[in-house]
Amino acid sequence: MKLIPTASQTVGPFFHFGLERPAWADLTGGGKAIGDRIRIEGQVRDGDGAPVQDALLEIWQANAAGKYDHPEDEQEKPVDPGFRGFGRCATDAQGRYAFTTVRPGRVPGRGNTLQAPHVNMTIFARGLLKHLVTRVYFADRSAANESDPVLATIDDPVARRTLLASAGATEGGVTTYRFDIILQGDGETVFFEA
Amino acid sequence: MTNDPRPYAREYKGGQPPYLHSDYGSTVKRAPKRGQIRLEHTLSEVTGPTFTSGWAGPEMADLTRQHSGEPIGERIIVAGRVLDEDGRPVAGTLLEMWQANSAGRYIHPRDQHPAPLDPNFTGAGQVLTNERGEWRFLTIKPGAYPWRNTHNAWRAQHLHFSVFGPGFVTRIVTQMYFPGDPLLAFDPIYHSIADGAARERLISAYDPGLSEAEFALGYRFDIVLRGRLATPTES
Ligand SMILES: [Fe+3]
Repeated sequence: MKLIPTASQTVGPFFHFGLERPAWADLTGGGKAIGDRIRIEGQVRDGDGAPVQDALLEIWQANAAGKYDHPEDEQEKPVDPGFRGFGRCATDAQGRYAFTTVRPGRVPGRGNTLQAPHVNMTIFARGLLKHLVTRVYFADRSAANESDPVLATIDDPVARRTLLASAGATEGGVTTYRFDIILQGDGETVFFEA
Repeated sequence: MTNDPRPYAREYKGGQPPYLHSDYGSTVKRAPKRGQIRLEHTLSEVTGPTFTSGWAGPEMADLTRQHSGEPIGERIIVAGRVLDEDGRPVAGTLLEMWQANSAGRYIHPRDQHPAPLDPNFTGAGQVLTNERGEWRFLTIKPGAYPWRNTHNAWRAQHLHFSVFGPGFVTRIVTQMYFPGDPLLAFDPIYHSIADGAARERLISAYDPGLSEAEFALGYRFDIVLRGRLATPTES
C-alpha cells in the first residue's frame, strides 16, 4: 500500500531565522576543497523584474573530480573530505545571492552519456508553494554543454541559454559566474519537473 | 545495459500545489509561465546532502529551553516519523522547524504584526531522524497571525518544516497544521493542494498517548517523502 506523499507549502517570508546558515554559502570550507574555486552569483527577479528579497537557494553538486558525496554514487572517483557539495544562501534586499564553491567535474547521465559540469539548484520563496528546480551550467564549457543530455531536452535555444552562467572577472584565482533567476516572463529561467 | 539510477516516483495529480494559485496573491508574479521540462533522474537527482552530527543537541529539539526563562504559551510535543511512500523509515535525515510564538509573532525583522515578541522564545529547532525515522520536538503552540493576502486574512496556526530525505529530489518544505483549527477553511495556502487526502496529511493528529500528564499536549505528524520506483524505466 502506498502512502500519500506530503505536499509542499511555501517557505513564507519569515524563514531566515529558521533556515539561514551563512557559513553554507561557502562550499569550500574557506578554501579547503580541492579544485578550481569559483563564485556563482546573481539576482532573483519576479514577473515585474522586481528583486525577490525573500528567496532561499540551495545547491547540490559533484566535487572537482565529478563525484557526489553520497552512498549512491558508486563511481571509482575520490570523495573530497573538504567538500560536501551542498550550499544554501538567502537572497538579500536586492534579491542577490552568491555561493563560493569549486568547479564541478562531469558526472554520468542516463544511458551511458556524460553530463556537462553543472550545479543542481533549488529555489524556495514566499509565493512559491513548491520549490523550483533548475541547473547552472557554465557558458565557457561550450563543448561539454553541446553534448549534455539534459540541455538537449530543451528545444528552444533561447530558453536553453537561461541555464548558462556567464564567466566574469577572475580575482585571486576565483572566477565569478553570473546566474540570474527570472521566475516569470521575459527571459524566464528554465525550470525542471524533477 | 546501463547503470541508470532507479528514479523516484512522480507526483500524482492534485497531490502537490500548483505554482499559480491566485487566491494566494504572492504566486501571481512569481509562478513561472513556461511549462517545466521533465528531468529524467540521473546521479545528480538521486544523490543529495547527508547530515551526520551536531543537529541533535537537547536545545535543538526543545524550543522551550533555548533561553534563560520559559516561553509563554501552551506547551506541545510534536512528534512523528519520516517515511517514504512505501512506508519505509527515512533515517538520519535533517528536519528543520521554525514557527511564530504563542502570540502569532515571528522573531523576524520583517514581521510587523503588533503582537509581543517573547524574550524566551526563538522558534527554531533542528533534529535528525533516528533509525526508525522518528523525530520529536517540544515547543509552544504557535498563534494565528494576520497577513495581507486579502482584507482580514489570518493564517491558520502552523509549524514550518524543512526535510531533506535521501536525494536532491526528495527535498521538501511544508507546513504542519492543527486539527480543528477554524482558520483552515479560509487559508488559501492550505487550500492550494487540490486533493483532499493530500491536504489532510498536513493536519497533525492529537495523540493522547504522546501528551504528558500535567505538562504538554501531544500532536503526531508523519512526513511522507517520494518513493522509489521498483525498476529503472525509460522515458
Ligand atoms: Fe508562517
